[in-house]
Parts: sequence; C-alpha cells; structure tokens
Amino acid sequence: MAKKAIVNIYLKNGVLDPQGKATHHALEAMDFQGVNDVRMGKQIVLDVEDGVDEEQVKQMCETLLANTVIEDYAIKFEQ
Amino acid sequence: MKVTILRFPGTNCEFDTEYAFQKLGCDTQIVWHKEHDLQSPDLVVVPGGFSYGDYLRSGSIARFSPIMKEVGEFADRGGKVLGICNGFQILTESHLLPGALKRNENLHFISKHHRLKVENSDNTFLQKCEKGEVLNIPVAHADGNYYIDEQGLKELRENDQILLTYCDENGNTLNPNGSVEAIAGICNKNRNVFGLMPHPERAMEEVLGSADGIKMLEGFLA
Amino acid sequence: MEIENIQEVLQAHKLSEAEYENIKSILGREPNLVEIGIFSAMWSEHCSYKSSTKYLRGFPTKAPWVIQGPGENAGVIDIGDGMAAVFKMESHNHPSYIEPYQGAATGVGGILRDIFTMGARPVANLNALRFGNVLDKESIGRYQRHLVRGVVEGIGGYGNCMGVPTIGGETSFDECYNGNILVNAFSLGLAKSDEIFYGKAEGIGNPVIYVGSKTGRDGLGGAVMSSDSFTEESKSLRPTVQVGDPFTEKLLLEACLELFQTDHVVGIQDMGAAGLTSSSFEMAGRSGSGMIMHLDKVPAREEGMTPYEFMLSESQERMLLCAKKGSEQEIIDIFEKWDLDAAVVGEVTDTGNMELFWHGEKCAEVPVDPVSEEAPVLDRPTREPAYLSRIAKFDLNAEEKIANQDAYNKLISSLEVVDKAWIYDQYDSMVQTNTAKGPGTLDASVIRVKENGKALAMSSDCNPRYCYINPEIGGALTVVESGRNVAMSGAQPLAITDCLNFGNPENPEVMWQFAKATDGIKQACEKLSTPVVSGNVSLYNETDGISVFPTPTVAMVGLNDDEHKVLPSSFQNEGASLYLIGETGSDFGGSLYLKELYGKTEGTLPEIDYEKELALWKLVIEANKAGILNAAKDINVGGIAVALSKMAAISGKGIDAKISVGDERDIFSETFSRAIVETNDDAAFEAKAKELGLAIEKIGTVGGESVSVNDVSIDLGELQTIYYNRFKAVIEQDL
Repeated sequence: MAKKAIVNIYLKNGVLDPQGKATHHALEAMDFQGVNDVRMGKQIVLDVEDGVDEEQVKQMCETLLANTVIEDYAIKFEQ
Repeated sequence: MKVTILRFPGTNCEFDTEYAFQKLGCDTQIVWHKEHDLQSPDLVVVPGGFSYGDYLRSGSIARFSPIMKEVGEFADRGGKVLGICNGFQILTESHLLPGALKRNENLHFISKHHRLKVENSDNTFLQKCEKGEVLNIPVAHADGNYYIDEQGLKELRENDQILLTYCDENGNTLNPNGSVEAIAGICNKNRNVFGLMPHPERAMEEVLGSADGIKMLEGFLA
Repeated sequence: MEIENIQEVLQAHKLSEAEYENIKSILGREPNLVEIGIFSAMWSEHCSYKSSTKYLRGFPTKAPWVIQGPGENAGVIDIGDGMAAVFKMESHNHPSYIEPYQGAATGVGGILRDIFTMGARPVANLNALRFGNVLDKESIGRYQRHLVRGVVEGIGGYGNCMGVPTIGGETSFDECYNGNILVNAFSLGLAKSDEIFYGKAEGIGNPVIYVGSKTGRDGLGGAVMSSDSFTEESKSLRPTVQVGDPFTEKLLLEACLELFQTDHVVGIQDMGAAGLTSSSFEMAGRSGSGMIMHLDKVPAREEGMTPYEFMLSESQERMLLCAKKGSEQEIIDIFEKWDLDAAVVGEVTDTGNMELFWHGEKCAEVPVDPVSEEAPVLDRPTREPAYLSRIAKFDLNAEEKIANQDAYNKLISSLEVVDKAWIYDQYDSMVQTNTAKGPGTLDASVIRVKENGKALAMSSDCNPRYCYINPEIGGALTVVESGRNVAMSGAQPLAITDCLNFGNPENPEVMWQFAKATDGIKQACEKLSTPVVSGNVSLYNETDGISVFPTPTVAMVGLNDDEHKVLPSSFQNEGASLYLIGETGSDFGGSLYLKELYGKTEGTLPEIDYEKELALWKLVIEANKAGILNAAKDINVGGIAVALSKMAAISGKGIDAKISVGDERDIFSETFSRAIVETNDDAAFEAKAKELGLAIEKIGTVGGESVSVNDVSIDLGELQTIYYNRFKAVIEQDL
C-alpha cells in the first residue's frame, strides 16, 4: 500500500514574499475585491510507502525540502 | 597558490573562475562533485551557475554532493573557501555561511555591471581593497536577495562580517535585489569562508568593462 | 494493418491525395499509420521546405572562409588560428504565441543543440523578437505585453541556466504581429576547425545510440502544427507545446563535449522538429545508408507509448548519434556520469531503408532517400500584392506638416528607439567572460575569442516595414544593415544566417513577397561577399487571414583581428569631433517617422548603392585599425537625430550637431549607407574618407548637457529618463 505525503512550503511570516506581493497586486489591478493577502508557496507530493510516518517526512523537510532559515512547512497525508 | 574549483552538474562558471585565477598565476584544478578529495588546496572556490538547475532551491541539492562534506571539514580546519553566486547559495544552504538567498525582489533575473562598496577590508579576501572603496563588478542572479533575521544581522554587524554592499557610483546604497541592508557579500565568524553574489571573476580585464575583480581575488594570494 | 477512414487520417496529417498516391508508389503498397506519420512529418513545410526550396537554391553559400554551408545542423566559418565559428538562427514563433515562456525557452534550447551537435561550445546568443501592439489599451495590448514578459523570461530562463551569454538582439512592434509574434533565436559556438562533427550515419554495423532525456508524448505533431495557419482554436493546442529542461540540456552539452574528446563518434544530430523521424532519416540520408531501429529500446518517460508516438514525439534535450562499433559502453559511461539516458537503439545498414521494429516485429519500413528526395517541391503561384501600387503613391508633402521638435519628442520615446534593459538585464550577458560589447551598447554585439585574441561581432537585423513596402530591397537591406552594424564595431562581415518569417505561402501575394525578399538577400550576399551558411524558414505566420509583414531576419557574423580594437558606439571623449559619413536625402518610405507620426507604412525605397556601402565599411574598419576612431554608429530608423540621441543617452555626453539638409525634416530621413563616427584626429580621418571617395561632413563636437540636432533639442537628463524608463513603464503597466 502506498499513500501520499503532501508537503506545503511557505516563506515564514515576516519574510517578505515578493511573488505573493506581486500576485496580490495583479489581482487588485484586475478588480478582484476582498483579497487581504497572498502568500506563494510550493507543494511537494511524495508518493510513499505506508510505513513512512510524519516524523520521517519531517526529517526530509528539515534536511532538504525546506530551508528553515526562511521557510515553514506543513505535512499532511492522503490515502 | 593552489586553487580547487568545484564542479557540480549545472555549474557554469568553473572555466571563467579557472581562467581568472590562472591570470593571477595560480595553479588550478576543477574537481567533480562526486570526488572525495579536494587535492590539498590553499583555496576552494564554489563557482557560479545553476547547480541542479536551481531546482527545489538554488544550491539546495548541491550541498549534499560528496565533495561538500570535504569542503565542510576543510573550512572547519580553517581552510579558505570562496562561494560566488550559486557558490554563495550553496554555502548558505550548507550553513557554512549564515542567512539565505531568496528570489530577487522584482522577481526577475538581473544581469548588469553593479557598483559594490567595500564595508570591511580586514580579511583575507578584501585585504587589497580599501574600506569604503567602490568597485565595478557584474551581477547575474535570480536568487540574490540576501535574508537574515534580526539576531543574525546583529551578529554579522558585531563581528564585521558584512564585507560588501550594493551601491551607486558615489558609494550611496543602491539595492538591486531587495537584500537586507543591501548586503552583497559576507564572511563567517572565523573569517575563512567568504560568499558573495557578484562575480569578481568576470571583472579581470578592461576589455570586458572592468578589472576591479583583480584586487579582490588577489587578496587570497597575499 | 489496414487503415480505416483513410481520408480522415490523411487530413489529420495534412497530406494531400497526390502525396498519398506518391507514398503508395514509393512503398509499393499501402502505408501503415507509423509510415503515414513519418511521411507527414518529413514532408511537412517545416521539415521539407517544400514551398521555399525553389527560392533558396540560388543563395550564395561559398567563400574561402566557409567550412560548412547550409544543409547541416549549423553553418561553419573559419576564424583563423585553427578556430571556427558555428552558427545558426531559428524560429519558434507558433509555440511562443501559444505558451510564451516554454515556446521561447525551447526555441533557445533547440538552437543551442544545433550548435553543440556540431562539436562547438555555444558562446553567444542573440534573439530577434517581433510583437504586436503593446501600447493597445484593450485586450490585444494586454496579451501582447503578457507575451513580451513570458518570451523574455523564457529566453533568460533557458540561456542563463545553460551558461551561454545572450549578448544582443532586436525587438520591434507592429500591429501585423498581433496574431503571430516572431521569436527568432541565434546561437554561435566555437570549435577547432578540424574537429567539427556532422549529422551522418555510416559504416555498416555501427551502432545508433539515443542519448539525453527520455521520450514522452511532448509536442506530438509539432512540425505539422507550425506548418499551418492560426485560428482562434489553435490557442487551445497547449498540449502540443514542449516543455524545456535547461538543466538536462546543460548536462547533455557537457556530456557531448566530453564525448567529442574521444574518437568514438561517427555522426550526431539533434532531435528537433519531428524528433526521431527527422534525425534518423536525415543522418541516414546524408550518408546514403540504411538503418534499423528498435523503438522498444528508446528510453520512455510515459507508459504505453506506441511506435508512432516514439517516432513523432518532440520531447526536448535528445540526440541521436552514430558511433564506432565497440565503443558503446564507453559512450554509455560518459552519459551515465552526467546522469543522462543512453541506449543503443539500432544500427547502420546498407539496405537504404529505414526499418523500424517493435519488440522484434517490424512495424515500418520506408526507403530513406525518396522520403527526402521525393519530398514535394512546390512551385506555388505568386502575384504582386495589390497594396503595393496604393502605398507607392504616398507623398509626405501632401500630409499635414508636423513641427520638428514635436516629431523628435515622439520619435525618441518610440518603443523601437528606447533602451531595452528591461529585456536584456534578464539575460546573463557576461558569463564565459568574453563579452566585449554587450546588449544596450547599440549596433553589433561582440565577444572576444580567448583562443586567438580576435573578436567576433554579430548583429541581427530586419526592418519589416521596408520589407513590406519593397520586399526585394527590404530583404537586401537586412543583409546590408546587419553587415553595417558589424563593420561599425571594426569587424569585417563574413557570412550570414537567416530566419525567413512569412505569412501563408498558399496566398500568392505572400509567395511573391517571399520570392522577392529572397532575391534581395541573394543579391546583397553576392555584392557584399557574405554568403549564407545556415538558416530556417517559418511560413504560415498568419491568423484569421492576416499575414505578418515579410520578416526575413538576418544575423551577420564578422571578425575583428584584435580583441583590443573593438569600436564602441557611444561617445568617448569630450571635445572630440563627430562626422557624418554619407549623403542625406529625403527618404521616408517605410520610415519610423511615417509610422510614429502618421501611423503609416507606405512609400517607396531608393536603390542600394553597394559600392558606397562597401566603401563605408572599409573606411570604418581601416580607420579603426589605424587607431583614428573613438566610436562609430550606423544611421537607420529615425535618422541622424535619433542615432545621435541614442549615442548621447548611453554615454551621458551631450552634443550640438548641425547637419546640412535639403528639408528640415531630413534629420529623421533614413537614407541608406550612412554612419556617425567620433574622432580626435580630423585630418587623418578626412584624408582616409577622401581616399575612399566618401562624402563626409563634420557635424559637431562631443560635450555639453543637452542634445541638439539642427532645430530640435532636449536636456540630456530628460532624454536619458525617457530612454531608460519608457520601455519598462509600458511592459509592466499591468503588474
């Protein structure tokens, strides 16, 4: 059995996100109302064996997938 | 003077760097990233380029190459290491230098001659330059926006680790990429590991528009 | 395998009934689907040049310095001391309109492979871009600006990652490109002149090896797509656009260059349009060989791919090579070092046939020669366009007169005039440490050659308005102007590559434009001794019945014997003299003046005086060698007023120039064969000009804080603000 580990990576709060800022600005320019903020991130989908747990994915994030100097990450699993 | 220049898949400034150091009379060797032997150099240069295509994050995959373990140990023993552009990114990803390099504030790749101000010349790298001197050196990067948190910045300042900042012809701050405090280059606390986004190896001859890179790289020869 | 619905299949493959009959007679039987796919790709306009061949045959292609002319992956010229320059220009128009980032990126990837497949390391890129009306306030303008941003990012994204500097190019705008933008990419590489590799497959039993990326279903039928006109529907064709992977291509480049250091390679070819089909057929065809390929051995990226898909996929970053028997493992090892796939997929035979197998069973067999040799050569009807007689009647004096200062203000803020740093700052222009004259410095771009201390100048040019009002003279001028730009840097123009972008060839008026423009190029190449060594044709640049202006882009390459004597195009010394070389008439046909001030592309063009042109080149090249000149710039769009303003803007030095003209508007006239030079040695320069019989006029000296040319003037700072800020303001207005 395999499942999917979905890792979402965003710039930390307080770290300027120029892509999010530009996209927010573009949405406003197109007259889309009510958007308070845009944060841009990336999603990494790992196709993993059932035995792989959150702790292991966390290790992957800390080691390679995210740069914790500037980035936060969140992990969730899907069957 | 023996210079070892690293080569990762996607590196593209290894020959430029070699040419520059050969111009200064150094022995150079290009070492493949899968090697385990730095071949006892006086200086290791991690050159510019797009190691692993800048995929995931600039420098994030290259730092796990076998040779980087040797570079870490070499630096721990006090060996001199210089990271230029992608090399700087690899050194921050490896935590040999503090901070991180984000996407340029205008989101574009930026390639141009830019002026740099020497903030500190009390180190091997910039010892031939004067503090406050303005140098003309090319920049060429998409992820050159230097970031460090408040605490880290305080430490950089206290230890005089900020070596170069971006400026205009008169030495006034001019920030092309959004870097914290317009930082272009730093060193570690022990002052043996150096990193900068601009390319001194591209400024070695008047025919290319500037020879200001000579006095930067010459620092390693003294 | 019987094909049902043969009519539908033929239509889907854009094969005519007559072509189908010909296929049956070549095979002596009914073709199967794989074979139909092969013929369809090889006989597409894109691969067979069936509409254009007739006109390309007469191009001058030989000179003592030409090592390889058209017909290979790229052209090659000798640049002395055992070194050769390998170059070519290619279009990626249709894909870039559909998906600008990937379209432009893969265009760069394709042209780079053409260069390094010849054994050369690419050292310089240029690009010539044509967009529609980016100033439009509505959806057209918005889409065009989106295209500009995407194309530029795509070119940068690919070229930068490859470590090849993009050192120049040109960008222009006209409504005629609203439905079809043009993205032409040029690349130049360096190789030792006795170590050039060619696209051959010879030596019976020699292995055929596939290297590079795995094959997926990318761009299936891309060659067929670019051989058809656009309709609104084609915007939904996104899946046929290939996605580029510059990192893999960089690995492929380094692996190939490492491979070329061995003596294992017999021949090698890039898999571009029509992928495995065109590379295998062309390699076997050039050598008169046959070939067996086992398609199940081709590395696949996706599951369940069919022989048809393997043959027609346009996945990027792949090469086919023919090696010496016994060297297979060593070759595979080199590619494995670079983390690339390499697989022996077949071998060379003497049958003259391409035999394709799928898990041991033959799935197609086609004789190689007839596919290329009996590719249809069309003699499409031509007819002089109806618009020509109308626009030839244009008379400037019949128009309402516009004050010179107003005209000047408008012209210096024209997007065709202002600096394009917004574009070229996104390209790494300095990697490889050779760039002696980079983007934004006007006229030609120049790299020095470390291996021999010389310098190579290159310039890409086309004035589509000239080509529209007179395709023959306009076509010739593309060669003349690119040559003049090269000469202004002190280099001797040597050879060209061309990229001929036209509308729908089934329209006789477009075919007439093509015939005339190629005639003009032919004449100019002969008169100027600059043969054509490579090139590309892009037809069907038409949307909903509207064709682009004829746009035969030409890139000229020239040689300067001394890397330290590269002549700049900016003012150098305060107080130095400025001279105008050549005579100024009232030549406004197709001018920027008419376009910007009257919104017209009309009028006629004068004849080209080749002797005068050559004398101009000679004067600048020789005076530069003698050390008399500080700077030189040719005069083209916008006339002398615009040329002087650009020189002033980029150097931060002013000028007060007086030029004798018949009509006050002639400071904007575009009379051919003129240039501006700066010198500190008036006597020596005047003597040299006299010796060559050229008219010259001293028009002023460098200096001051303003730019004035006869009765128009502007503050230098104000000029620089417009010059450096305008383009960004327009292109980023939506962000």
